Amino acid sequence: MSSAREEILGRVGRILGPGRTPAATAYTAIERPYLRRHHEDGVLDLFAERTADYRATVHRVDPADLPGAVARALTGSRYAVPGGLPAEWLAEVDPARLAHDPGIGELDGLDGVVTGCAVAIAETGTIVLDHGPGQGRRALTLVPDYHLIVVTADQVAPDVPEALERLDPARPLTFISGPSATSDIELNRVEGVHGPRTLEVILTVRSP
Amino acid sequence: MSEHATRDRGRASMPTYLGMPPFPEAAGKAVADTRLRGNLAHATGTIRDRRLSAVAELDDWDALREAGKQIKDHTLEHLDHYLLLLEEKITAAGGTVHWARDAAEANRIVADLVRATGHTEVVKVKSMATQEIGLNEALAEEGITAYETDLAELIVQLGDDRPSHILVPAIHRNRAEIRDIFRSRMPDAPADLSDSPAELAEAARRHLRAKFLSAKVAVSGVNFAVAETGTLVVLESEGNGRMCLTLPETLISVMGIEKVLPTWQDLEVFLQLLPRSSTAERMNPYTSTWTGVTPGDGPRDFHLVLLDNGRTDTLADQVGRQALRCIRCSACLNVCPVYARAGGHAYGSPYPGPIGAILSPQIRGIGSPVDASLPYASSLCGACFEACPVAIDIPEVLVHLRAEAVEEGPKHPLVGTAMAAAGWTLRSPRRLALAQRLASASRRLVGRRGQIRRLPGPLRAWTDSRDAPAPPPESFRAWWKRTNGGRS
Ligand code: SF4
Repeated sequence: MSSAREEILGRVGRILGPGRTPAATAYTAIERPYLRRHHEDGVLDLFAERTADYRATVHRVDPADLPGAVARALTGSRYAVPGGLPAEWLAEVDPARLAHDPGIGELDGLDGVVTGCAVAIAETGTIVLDHGPGQGRRALTLVPDYHLIVVTADQVAPDVPEALERLDPARPLTFISGPSATSDIELNRVEGVHGPRTLEVILTVRSP
Repeated sequence: MSEHATRDRGRASMPTYLGMPPFPEAAGKAVADTRLRGNLAHATGTIRDRRLSAVAELDDWDALREAGKQIKDHTLEHLDHYLLLLEEKITAAGGTVHWARDAAEANRIVADLVRATGHTEVVKVKSMATQEIGLNEALAEEGITAYETDLAELIVQLGDDRPSHILVPAIHRNRAEIRDIFRSRMPDAPADLSDSPAELAEAARRHLRAKFLSAKVAVSGVNFAVAETGTLVVLESEGNGRMCLTLPETLISVMGIEKVLPTWQDLEVFLQLLPRSSTAERMNPYTSTWTGVTPGDGPRDFHLVLLDNGRTDTLADQVGRQALRCIRCSACLNVCPVYARAGGHAYGSPYPGPIGAILSPQIRGIGSPVDASLPYASSLCGACFEACPVAIDIPEVLVHLRAEAVEEGPKHPLVGTAMAAAGWTLRSPRRLALAQRLASASRRLVGRRGQIRRLPGPLRAWTDSRDAPAPPPESFRAWWKRTNGGRS
């Protein structure tokens, strides 16, 4: 008896037949008449607005005011922080309130987590983590009930196509659009199931 | 496999829910259930309007839809190439790829993998493929307990129920029923639990938290798999997907072979099409992507099971093949007047609604009365085709399968006098199509207030005196034009 792999590939090959144009050549013939971006201007405003649409809290601050904004946002007693988070972001927070890269067992008892991100998408109000420096491994931003994300203006891509171009698929990625939610009760969005129920975003934009 | 089947078929199986009567009979019962109809009308009505605005927001929706269709068609045309590439990239990234011809083989692979870990519990994130193969039941026979972690799946599992919608399997339950199920079946549910959706979600969060934190093995489905990079993609809302994909040591993902995409760039199309079509959002709350294993982050052991189970048979059918473009968004269910009345259970398969009516008979083969009747579970109004983000011409496939059902199906697939009487018409796809179009157009059928008094042909038995909305006239005209007045 042939293996499942050979049998499935064999069937597919027989059905599709020989003499097909090579895949790489045929791929280039796919038409892509859609837009690369839906908005040209006001991308940062759009990002703030679309993220807030998911009932996330969005603050827009000058980079100089970031430490104050972070300190004001953290009203609980103890927060997880990943390695590689710029120290100046936490300059106004008492270090005793911070747990650096805690283990999974410890995460459930913390009030929240503070991270940066890799890319954001204005059109859809999405923030993408690639779990590099300042973002932590995936569990870090999943178990706590509160997530504060700092997004810098240069990280905001206008739309989905450009955001994907900036990302490295070899890394694990998490796309976040608002707090955890469900549509499972009567097909209406309700915030807060397993992921963080509160999402707060600080967008840093240099004042003109 | 049916003795009437004439084509050489691969091995495929999917649970036909036990004792399942053919569609018209099951649908008749559902239509008489006023609470079920109320729940469905409420939920699908809400999502229909929201989907329209989510789609209208993008000026280039038709272009995205066309690109989605072309990418999927291209992939299917080179399916062997992309599957091999996917396997190569996942293996290079530290994952293991398995191939399964049918449900039994896939279940065997997953059960063996779980047993090899030494654990007897798995957490699961909602997956159509694992429902299709009946994985939970197969694992139970091996002494392995699967815990569903999606809110809707949890409601179905706790209520000993069957899924009735591909995105929201408990769509047939309203909030008061969900509260009752939680109160009676969830050991740790608060006694004074109310029916507010936020409280229900909170109860599910508490119930599953300890499970997630201690789980060692997870099973997931897959929305997309990128061949060029070996990257898998799962879209979800609640965070249970992230929990399952991240916290356990071993992750086993099961995916139909048609889910592969050529390139990372192709995701730019589907990440726009899918959320807006399924939950009517600009983006779903969480999308996770991973490539093999990442040291120090997430599972240490990753397995992908590639599932055929009737898909190569579907690929062999030039007309029916387009069903493999499906991205399981459920838009076609939400706009379907027949689904809204009949509910998901009537379709007798994990895939209900218009997509189920064309997918189930192709995956399982038209060998049983329920599968032979499924191609009739539609009024051919065309709303599903218009809503479909990858432009699957569901009415075209239905008409095509009706012809096959008559040729290849069991001797008396059509239950009820209305169906028997229609026998002569049914034997010719051309006559059938013509008769149905004439019936739809007739004054006797469509009442003054635009309500259908009777659905055509076989469906008449259960639409008598029901109030299905009339199919939109535009769709009818489009259908008429496309099929040359029902003659082709
Ligand atoms: S057939 Fe089209 S509309 Fe229906 S679930 Fe599949 S992709 Fe969505």
